[in-house]
Amino acid sequence: MSTREFQVIPRVDVDGTAVDGEQLEISMGPQHPSTHGVFRMDLKLDGERVARLKPVFGYLHRNHEKIGESTTYLGSMPYTDRLDYFCSLTNNWAYALAVEKLAGLQAPERAEYIRVITAELTRLQNHASLAGFLLQDMGASGTPLMYAFREREKILDLFESLTGARMMCNYMRFGGCRCDLPAGWILEARGVVERFPRFLDEFQALLDGNEILMSRTQGVGVLPAALAVNAGITGPMLRASGVNYDLRKVDRYGIYDRFSFKVPIGDHGDVYDRYMVRVLEMRESLKILDQALRDIPDGPILDPKAKLRGFRPKPGEAYGRIESPKGELGFYLISDGSPNPYRYRVRPPSFINLTLLEDLCLGHQVADVVVILGSVDIVLGEVDR
Amino acid sequence: MNLPGHGILKGLAETARNFVGSYVSKDRLVTVQYPEERLPSKEAARNFPFLVYDGEDWEKGLRCVACQICEKECPPKCITIVKDTLRKPDYVGKLQFQPKLFDIDISVCMSCQICVEVCPFDAIKMDNEFELSGCDRFEQLLLHKRQLAKPNEYYQRIHPIEAAEVDGRLNVEKAKAQAKAGAGKK
Amino acid sequence: MESLEQIKIWTETAVAGARLQLVTNPGPSGQHSLLVDNDHAAAVARFFLEDARLRLDYASNVTGIDWPEAVLQEKRKVKQTIEGVEREIEETIERRRPGFLEVVYHLYSMALKQGPVILRLRTGDRGAQARLPSLTPIWRGAEFQEREVFDLFGVVFEGHPDLRRILMWDGFKDFPMRKDYAPPQESGAGREPAQ
Repeated sequence: MSTREFQVIPRVDVDGTAVDGEQLEISMGPQHPSTHGVFRMDLKLDGERVARLKPVFGYLHRNHEKIGESTTYLGSMPYTDRLDYFCSLTNNWAYALAVEKLAGLQAPERAEYIRVITAELTRLQNHASLAGFLLQDMGASGTPLMYAFREREKILDLFESLTGARMMCNYMRFGGCRCDLPAGWILEARGVVERFPRFLDEFQALLDGNEILMSRTQGVGVLPAALAVNAGITGPMLRASGVNYDLRKVDRYGIYDRFSFKVPIGDHGDVYDRYMVRVLEMRESLKILDQALRDIPDGPILDPKAKLRGFRPKPGEAYGRIESPKGELGFYLISDGSPNPYRYRVRPPSFINLTLLEDLCLGHQVADVVVILGSVDIVLGEVDR
Repeated sequence: MNLPGHGILKGLAETARNFVGSYVSKDRLVTVQYPEERLPSKEAARNFPFLVYDGEDWEKGLRCVACQICEKECPPKCITIVKDTLRKPDYVGKLQFQPKLFDIDISVCMSCQICVEVCPFDAIKMDNEFELSGCDRFEQLLLHKRQLAKPNEYYQRIHPIEAAEVDGRLNVEKAKAQAKAGAGKK
Repeated sequence: MESLEQIKIWTETAVAGARLQLVTNPGPSGQHSLLVDNDHAAAVARFFLEDARLRLDYASNVTGIDWPEAVLQEKRKVKQTIEGVEREIEETIERRRPGFLEVVYHLYSMALKQGPVILRLRTGDRGAQARLPSLTPIWRGAEFQEREVFDLFGVVFEGHPDLRRILMWDGFKDFPMRKDYAPPQESGAGREPAQ
């Protein structure tokens, strides 16, 4: 084992601050039903109020980036499924986009439409799951979660008939998609999209006016817009604080500039706004899906210049990013001309959105910590990679 | 005027509607009494790979020619192939290598299906068998050539559309080779 | 979005003593970057944040890269006189490039919806001089990502409010993402059986 002599960095410990004998130190996690994965928070409590919160993670660290350096570009695609394991198709798209920028490939039109359709379906099922999990954490004992998962199953069935797997899809390729839509898939997808608004209406009737939900989430975990921008927060958490920054409108990657949809912006930046922004985003995704399923053209699904085996992009680097359901998901790749990347970096939205967890929770009660963490929407596969 | 508790009552009405509805409408009843009732599997569904053989004899009809492309492309490196020195004729009669050892470690395999995509000989395909539980954690999870080899009829049963496309292509190749052989004889 | 040359001129004018270098990206993506010297990195970052034409308020991605010591080969055509005839031959020049660690910042502007401006910082070497100024006081979004670069590459960020390991456990020694990291030998059931 190699030894390295470096200057010792003084450790800033949770115990570094003076404990006055009245504060309680609690480690919440890593095994905890409400922390959305193996995630730990070191809390220092003053009675029931949070005085200090330090998030600790790395329990699911699988050195994805190091494995990416010893695997070919194609071989890393199934590993990207497992980053944010709820949204494997958007992970695939972000990676394919970065490699296409690196190698100068362009996906044909039908492939771009398929990408938009699968990405919006992924957004629907992710936001539905999030709404379900948030309500579960608040004590709704599974009813909204069950309804959300009932709809999610329909979307996962669509993914299974298209890609072969419900969650670990491995579907995008550099320059397009792996295989074409099977016969009848568009009709089935249209059926799911047409029945979804009824579920959303029922879901909103169940929850939006609910007094318990409103008193537990309104005014809790308020995130000011300037702090959110400076801390690199992206996704629905940023938009709930009033900042209009959606990569689908800013970068206009893929063919998103052909679809007309709105971007919901929140007013207060509290947990209720984050929940409502996601519900409204589901409605906007349905609009995009309607348009995409109607307009999808025929044609090839893979760039003719794309190669499956022996893919060696020219030396250079590229950063490609998309609006995943959790925020900005980016891939930074450096190629040195060999079949494996020299550096493979994932910019994980959940990891960076956790920066402000302490700021949001200070002064709140422990029960609010659970609700605020739920509204950040983290998936540990992405936080730890 | 909204009574206090109005939101909660509305929510309870929704729950009641879903609960009663699950007895009358198929849309609201989402469970299936597995294992007595099973959902039909989708055409594209995949789990672990298997090797296809044509005809009756699994050794003579095995399509795999031990080119080792799937071994190289497999991301977690779960396939182990050892080439045999003896060669055997393939479906058009050309002499090809064959694998002496073909092992897949299904405790490592992540069902990514890259091996199927890169195989030039349509020799390895994805199975959709998922009821694989047993009592051994080690030996049982390393599948050997004999366990992996399944007939083409099985492939046609689980993935009919895909198998029809593969068969069509292979039959065209076979016809071309027979025509060439027939012309050569003359 | 202005070209990087223009941004370089603005920055060198506004921040006294700053030396920026344009690093071209040979691939088709066209994403070039600016290399800034470590002493003025914080001032340059503050300029990027506050200048009204740039308003780069969003640090999207902070990456660490390990460049170990390497021998770079450059082929060059040289005219040489051999036996009285002038010929052009190709000679290979070898250059030893010392090792260093690099940190790349991808900066965007949410206010003006423009970007990216890619900033690079390089350490002196991969040993005792692997220190860089932290840009967390300017962009809070770099906080966890700089901790990750410290954890996995060993770059010490001076001025970081809370520099400690983030993904590996606290007692871990060594830096996993470096190119010469050797993982510890496993013992027990995980090992390959001896052939």
